[in-house]
Amino acid sequence: MSPDPEKWLDEHGDYLFGYAFARLQDRGVAEDMVQETLLAALEAKDRFEGRSSERTWLVGILKHKILDHLRSHSREIPVTEPLEPDGEMEALFDERGKWKEGSAPWRDDPQSFLHHKEFWNTLVQCLEELPGRLGQVFALRELEGLGTNEISNLFGVTSTNLGVLLYRARMRLRRCLEINWLGEKPRSK
Amino acid sequence: MLSCKEITALVSESMDRRLPFGQRLAVRLHLMICRFCSRYRRQLLAVRASVGRYVEEMESSNGLNPFSLSEEARSRIRQALAGQSGSQ
Repeated sequence: MSPDPEKWLDEHGDYLFGYAFARLQDRGVAEDMVQETLLAALEAKDRFEGRSSERTWLVGILKHKILDHLRSHSREIPVTEPLEPDGEMEALFDERGKWKEGSAPWRDDPQSFLHHKEFWNTLVQCLEELPGRLGQVFALRELEGLGTNEISNLFGVTSTNLGVLLYRARMRLRRCLEINWLGEKPRSK
Repeated sequence: MLSCKEITALVSESMDRRLPFGQRLAVRLHLMICRFCSRYRRQLLAVRASVGRYVEEMESSNGLNPFSLSEEARSRIRQALAGQSGSQ
């Protein structure tokens, strides 16, 4: 059975796009990644042996494309300005480092997130809103599951600075999810 | 005694590597008496757990992916594929 490039786009195009968009938070770049992936797959289609599913094979190519893209742009667009104090983070704590206002309990059981496409939509939107490339840093760690060494090499930051970036990303993301999805007061529509 | 600000940074770090014993102990003791920091930790773990499961389940269920290619991008990619197939 030979793979059918015509069908790839129909059957996997949206999935590949969603995959890339969640990790890059940029529609244009995500579209380019899908195109590059399908072209590379077409080129290599004779080497597809059907040992894995077509989708798994395509995602494998896409992952490489995404990492290449992030690597080659990490010098053009620094991951962050040399780590300056983060005003929004500072504002969460008082001068003695205590929470000014702690978070409310979340209204949903995490298990039930699974049934909501909106959960994923909100999560990616929140990542998109993170400053600089914090969203991409978070996505590599938590969506892609890369280790911290790999991520600091990719972006060319020290592991200490990566720790600070992940901390900021988590803190802001938590807050954004709370406001838009999980908190006591759901966003009014 | 570490502040909430320092503890939340350590909790985040503990998601990425095992903390040295002293820090682990400091975090554990703080979490026992601080509602907000322990809630913070539970929330980070909840996000990780749901992201992990969602990523896994999305691969097999198209219904979970809220994003789709725009018609414009779709036809651009279709053309690029056709051009490439033709030249082979």
